[in-house]
Amino acid sequence: MTIATLEAIPTSYTPRWLTPVLLLGIAYLIIPLVGTSYLFEAILLPFLALSLAGVGLNILTGYAGQVSLGSAAFLAVGAFAAYNFNLRIDGLPILGSIFLSGVVAAAIGIVFGLPSLRLRGFYLAVSTLAAQFFVQWALTKFSWFSNNSASGVIDAPPLSIAGVEFNSAVGRYLFSLTIVAVLTFLAYRLVLSQTGRNFIAVRDNETAARIIGVPVLKTKLIAFGVSSFVIGIAGVLWAFAYLRTVEPAGFNLDRSFQILFIIIIGGLASIRGAFFGAALLVVTPLILSRVGSFLLGDFFDSGVLDMSQRIVLGGLIILFLILEPDGLVSFWDRIRKRTTTRLLRQ
Amino acid sequence: MNSINRISGVHTATYLPVDIAAEQQNARVYGNEPHPAGKIALGLESVSLSFGGVVALENIDLSVRPGEIRAIIGPNGAGKSSLINVISGVYRPDRGHVRIGHDRFTNVPTQKLVHLGVARTFQNLALFKGLSVTDNVMSGRAHKARSTFLGQIFGIGRSPSEEVDAHDRAAKILKFLNLTDVGNRLAGTLPYGLQKRVELARALVAEPALLLLDEPMAGLAEPEKVEMTKFIRAANREYGTTIVLIEHDIGVVMELSHYIAVFDYGRKIADGTPEEVRADQKVIDAYLGVAAENIDGGGI
Ligand SMILES: Nc1ncnc2c1ncn2[C@@H]1O[C@H](COP(=O)(O)OP(=O)(O)OP(=O)(O)O)[C@@H](O)[C@H]1O
Ligand SMILES: [Mg+2]
Repeated sequence: MTIATLEAIPTSYTPRWLTPVLLLGIAYLIIPLVGTSYLFEAILLPFLALSLAGVGLNILTGYAGQVSLGSAAFLAVGAFAAYNFNLRIDGLPILGSIFLSGVVAAAIGIVFGLPSLRLRGFYLAVSTLAAQFFVQWALTKFSWFSNNSASGVIDAPPLSIAGVEFNSAVGRYLFSLTIVAVLTFLAYRLVLSQTGRNFIAVRDNETAARIIGVPVLKTKLIAFGVSSFVIGIAGVLWAFAYLRTVEPAGFNLDRSFQILFIIIIGGLASIRGAFFGAALLVVTPLILSRVGSFLLGDFFDSGVLDMSQRIVLGGLIILFLILEPDGLVSFWDRIRKRTTTRLLRQ
Repeated sequence: MNSINRISGVHTATYLPVDIAAEQQNARVYGNEPHPAGKIALGLESVSLSFGGVVALENIDLSVRPGEIRAIIGPNGAGKSSLINVISGVYRPDRGHVRIGHDRFTNVPTQKLVHLGVARTFQNLALFKGLSVTDNVMSGRAHKARSTFLGQIFGIGRSPSEEVDAHDRAAKILKFLNLTDVGNRLAGTLPYGLQKRVELARALVAEPALLLLDEPMAGLAEPEKVEMTKFIRAANREYGTTIVLIEHDIGVVMELSHYIAVFDYGRKIADGTPEEVRADQKVIDAYLGVAAENIDGGGI
């Protein structure tokens, strides 16, 4: 497993906050004016939810080194918990439901993180599959979770904060953007803190970490808890802001792998990496499907096209990882460094 | 592995994670009685350890007084690293006790080691490769943190002052060890000799009363060895740190140590001042005279 190594070194001459602030400026002020509803519905909303999920998983896997294949389970926990809080507690504001759903996801994440105190690497990854299968099973089996709807389907409640509605495509985009921005900032603060250093210490050398007095058990459980909290809230955005109607079957192992790919492709142990990875994994299939149906749509049915897209995407991922094992982040940093040096030389 | 299995044999709580089990046993046998032979920083009493058929340590007694530099020498496979691993709780001895300050243990609780005033370095580097040098050294203060992760995220409570304190102490140690220039580099990208020094920095920043160094000079070039010798002596003199030093370079050992214990095949064959050890016939036979290539061969 490779680690994005560049973040510890100041690579740029601009202040650290400048790029995020510029990007947020564009995201808040320009994109809502120029974006089409296709851009919001098909690209930005899934991108935001998956980026946040990637940030969450990166805390656990990239920073703390605990591999998890259960991310989709925590997306589901978040979505269904928020749905139930909203349904069953009168007068609870939507942000309250979202926060509480994160807390529920965190609690379940800690429970499923307990095996990490004994198991490592591959064995731990397999044990996180338990979360994946258990949560999907429970949500399908007990119809209470979906308020007795057929096959566990739930519909998102309207999104409004203090009387302001966020139900249009732009509204849901701004709603997601704000939550993602806030949680990403907090995650960034976390990974730079003492606890963040403990994460990496446990990841890089557990024995040495224990000997110098890093509370290893606590650190692992914090990683599971915080990661599940963030992924849980990403699940709420996925269900309430992006799809609006979800069922447990949508949170399957494929989705867990998708989030794992996002952080591996984007760059492990990098907050930015989650955004790079999510962008690639959301946009590439759309492009491939356009290109595919344009070139081959007359000859093959959609099933074949869909399958061939997956194969091409998988091939691209493998190729990319061979060429750039540290992920998009290090690729990006190298390009930027090269252009800066070239600019400075002129 | 063997020693961990042995734990499960004795205690019923086999389902517990290793270190919870360790904390529960925390085998503090005698509490706080003073040592009959007066003040000691570290004591081993009849410690034995074996791996399957291989006897790594056989009935070892050792007593190190506060402020002493005690070298442990011996050929490859003599059991020197095993000794440090027993003292730091990485290995659990089959028999015997380890005394650290006033506490006496059958198994040293690794997680509490730093609170007992013990820090160590490793024969094979054990830095956190993905952290910067400064962060590696700051992590040596992790045991002091009282702030919660929420306090750290929001920068409230004790967390900001703890962060400043850890950073300042790390900077001071880095300066002491001439590492300031590489503070922002990732530890894993440094040349070997500097990584060894960062490990020393990470151990020193905890301000240990007892410092265990497992071959700090192995693989270093001559000038680096001279510097490292200087740092070890300074740590001993300026901070009064008791030091247990495993080293193959006999020149360094003779120069630095107050006392030397010589190991061979898991047994202690000599223990005394450098002069005594140098004159000991058993030592000459087993080590100094015979296997000259061992002297600075140094299995890493
Ligand atoms: N974890 C382990 N599992 C099995 N055998 C071990 C283990 N650790 C040490 N040994 C064995 O115990 C004996 C003593 O090893 P140890 O590492 O303590 O020697 P050493 O004196 O430090 O040698 P060197 O100078 O090469 O570092 C050796 O025979 C070694 O193979
Ligand atoms: Mg050794």
